[in-house]
Amino acid sequence: MTAALTSATAEAGAPPPPPRGSSRIAWLLLTPGLAYLVLFFVAPVAVLLLTSLYERVPDGPVGATRPALRWENYTDALVTYAPQFGRSFLYAFIATVLALAIGYPLAYVIAVRCRNRPLLQGLLLVLVIAPFFTSFILRTIAWKQILADESLVVAVLKTISLLPDDARLTATPTAVVAGLTYNFLPFMTLPIYANLERLDLRLIEAGEDLYANPAETFRRVTLPLSMPGIVAGSLLTFIPAAGDYVNSALLGTASTAMIGNVIDSRFFRVVDYPTAAALSVLLMAAILLLVAAYVRRSGTDDLL
Amino acid sequence: MSRPQFSLGKYLLPVYAVVAFIYLLTPIAYTFAFSFNNAGRSNLTWQRFTWDNWRNPCGAPAVCESVVNSVAIALFATLGSTVLGTMIALALVRYRFRFRSATNLLLFLPMATPEVVLGAALLAQFLNLRVNPGFTTIVIAHIMFCISFVVVTVKARVATLDPHLGEAASDLYASPRVAFWRVTFPLLLPGIAAAAMLAFSLSFDDFIITNFNSGNTDTFPKFVYVSATRGIPAQANVIGSAMFLIALLVVLIGQVLAARRRAAAEAR
Amino acid sequence: MAADLLAAPGGGRDLELVGITKRFGEAVAVDDLSLRMPAGSFFALLGPSGCGKTTMLRMVAGLEVPTAGQVLIGGDDVTTTRPYRRPVNTVFQSYALFPHLDVLENVAFGLRRRRERNAEQRAMAALDMVELGPLARRRPTRLSGGQQQRVALARALVNNPAVLLLDEPLGALDLKLRRQMQVELKRIQDEVGGTTFVHVTHDQEEAMTMADTVAVMNAGRIEQLGPPQELYDLPRTPFVANFLGRSNLLPGTVVEERDGLLGVDAAGTRLLVPADRAVARSGQVLVGIRPEKVHLVAAGADEPADSTVLGPGTVADVSFSGVSTEYLVDVAGYGRMSVFTQNLGAGPGAMVGEQVRLAWSPRHAFVLVGDAPAAGPLEREAATVGAAGGTGP
Ligand SMILES: Nc1ncnc2c1ncn2[C@@H]1O[C@H](COP(=O)(O)OP(=O)(O)O)[C@@H](O)[C@H]1O
Ligand SMILES: [Mg+2]
Repeated sequence: MTAALTSATAEAGAPPPPPRGSSRIAWLLLTPGLAYLVLFFVAPVAVLLLTSLYERVPDGPVGATRPALRWENYTDALVTYAPQFGRSFLYAFIATVLALAIGYPLAYVIAVRCRNRPLLQGLLLVLVIAPFFTSFILRTIAWKQILADESLVVAVLKTISLLPDDARLTATPTAVVAGLTYNFLPFMTLPIYANLERLDLRLIEAGEDLYANPAETFRRVTLPLSMPGIVAGSLLTFIPAAGDYVNSALLGTASTAMIGNVIDSRFFRVVDYPTAAALSVLLMAAILLLVAAYVRRSGTDDLL
Repeated sequence: MSRPQFSLGKYLLPVYAVVAFIYLLTPIAYTFAFSFNNAGRSNLTWQRFTWDNWRNPCGAPAVCESVVNSVAIALFATLGSTVLGTMIALALVRYRFRFRSATNLLLFLPMATPEVVLGAALLAQFLNLRVNPGFTTIVIAHIMFCISFVVVTVKARVATLDPHLGEAASDLYASPRVAFWRVTFPLLLPGIAAAAMLAFSLSFDDFIITNFNSGNTDTFPKFVYVSATRGIPAQANVIGSAMFLIALLVVLIGQVLAARRRAAAEAR
Repeated sequence: MAADLLAAPGGGRDLELVGITKRFGEAVAVDDLSLRMPAGSFFALLGPSGCGKTTMLRMVAGLEVPTAGQVLIGGDDVTTTRPYRRPVNTVFQSYALFPHLDVLENVAFGLRRRRERNAEQRAMAALDMVELGPLARRRPTRLSGGQQQRVALARALVNNPAVLLLDEPLGALDLKLRRQMQVELKRIQDEVGGTTFVHVTHDQEEAMTMADTVAVMNAGRIEQLGPPQELYDLPRTPFVANFLGRSNLLPGTVVEERDGLLGVDAAGTRLLVPADRAVARSGQVLVGIRPEKVHLVAAGADEPADSTVLGPGTVADVSFSGVSTEYLVDVAGYGRMSVFTQNLGAGPGAMVGEQVRLAWSPRHAFVLVGDAPAAGPLEREAATVGAAGGTGP
């Protein structure tokens, strides 16, 4: 599992062995999995694209649609839900930056500082991974109750005047961003850990010899070498965060609604499939554009 | 490392890490503590310590069914995605074929697509095909989003293997089939196990895609989410805490065994 | 037919390559190469990195199919026989030991695949032969490089193959261990008997000390083939002259042939070479002379009788290397010449800046055709190896 989530980093290390062998066996190996993805990923996305252009039947039963090429679905969705879009990307961006700020030092301590203590290293690593098994919904709800208005934390903060008397911690944008940061922190930490674990400490020593200053050494040696881990971690944090609706639903209010909340409610409450589909397509397209730009800029094209 | 400037990082970093761990583990500690709360319907405020919830984890209606569903779904999803993903990973590393970059893109896209979109797209597809969402559709969805993660994990393992090992086997009279089962597969096993564990935990913890494609079937995360509005029974905390402890225990035992094996090997 | 070979593996069988060519796309790795290696011989394939040595071995092992040509073992065509059906075993450059099996199981792997009886005892015997019996139950990752190398050797030899392929087997070892393993390998070859050893290396000294026959390979072709002494004494191409040890090559034109001697005019000096040591007897040629065959003659001293004399020139550099000293001498019209002298303790030799003449006996000279290789890095690298081990036969 540690080795998991590390896609990009692991690729960068070993030189690719010369691929050889017959392509017939290759296709035998590939066909089932690729067919599965075509059937249950490509086809659904295609259906989503079609649905996004359907029109609703005005006086029909709930959720009734008919095939059409209604491009206004997109413009309507974009105009109506621009704030939610903006919020999604803003929250996800802040959460990614925060997760990097917390996750990188954490990964560094586990991977580099604990390198000679395998048992401590193992324990710390497990503590990063094990929260996966508590169900992230349960953990998010725990946060909600820890930070609730009547909770101990809020009372203490108010007593020592760190928090104004009329302020609250839940049901704020801060709470939503904190929840996103929290929930995706392991996805940031593990790829960076997997990368730093292989970092050759002699390179740092050589760097200190050259630059004499630890900050400079970090900037010129450690950071560039761990870039693939940072890229993988950022993507694994940003993508799910931008599409998340659980944190906003549990820790926020209507005014913190993200695009995921809108898609969810368009599907299940309003039963407006075309709008939900159009929003989904827009979200996917926006994320793919951002990912492509980011991957290209950070020079780790061979992500998979 | 003994330079004076470094002492800042030397002490600051571990403190920072400790704070980060507190942040990471606080909600789990909270969940664990409230699993001992003698709460009635809603487990919001601390009432009184009790062992009852742990003695009777299935006490609240539907908790255990949802857990059983979650485990069953995770097992099926793990099996399916690990088999399909491992095959793809082998093909990608070992063979030359056309459309390699198209294949890579097809594998990357599900990872780059937010869960709401995956969930919504699959639901739209199932509705189109007039399939009623339920247990099967959840398994189908989970296999789909786990495949890419399996491929990535197994591929990372294959890439660390000496490509000449397979050739050495065939040089030593092993036919391709024998070479695969005697050499390649045993060496891939740690990677496959890691991929399976990842798939299991991704599937077990998934909520968003599940919620779209589950119909009336409850999984554990869905159960918790749905009951959040009326109050979550303390038994859910028991389950969550128990899963955490089991995971912790399994990995720690593995660690200790590995350490002991290392020590034994040193002694030899 | 290949199955027959397997039923009775081992025993001496000739390995023969007929017009083998291997192309990777546009690039030609092995170019129309023909070769016969007698049963039971120790054959060294020597050449610079990238010249196609590994590719050639892989075609013999069956891991690569030739674009054209045939591979024959004991007269049987095995060109397209699968690797697991050939009486050939390989010691891989990276050893390729199976990390999930212990040393004994690694060695027994081939025997078990062929369902041989007593696999374990025979593997143990093979391990004893390479003196690794006590480590039979270790994992290969916990062995040193030299030990891994021996396991790889035992794993291949235990199958008693007709042909054993060794791809730079000593390349990863340090110098001392390498010397030790060279001796060991020779001993083992004597011990097993019958098996043809094909040893690939880019270390000319290793090739010369170990092999009965050395083939010098360059750019996918065999430049020259023969016993090491013969190759060193009488190289037939400028490449061989400078890859196997090193040579001073002086361009000139053949002007006469008399009494079995060729007269070559090189920038005004008449150089004599035995006609039977010449590749060509007319036209533009290169006269070659090994540095250790050249004597320094101090100003005023007499040169040895019947010798070819060049100079005077100026000593440009002196480098002392223990056994011998190398002098670089600039001779007007000929460029920089290299001279090795043995350190016999007869006082200090020439000093930098001193005027000296160069003399050698005509019977040591040879004549080649082609361009003298520019004194590029390759030549210097080869020369260093030559100087380190380089007294030659
Ligand atoms: N699988 C391959 N695909 C493409 N080119 C190859 C392959 N294997 C070897 N070559 C090329 O063939 C030439 C000879 O390689 P090799 O036999 O490995 O040389 P050597 O072992 O003498 O160093 C090199 O130029 C190398 O780049
Ligand atoms: Mg080679």
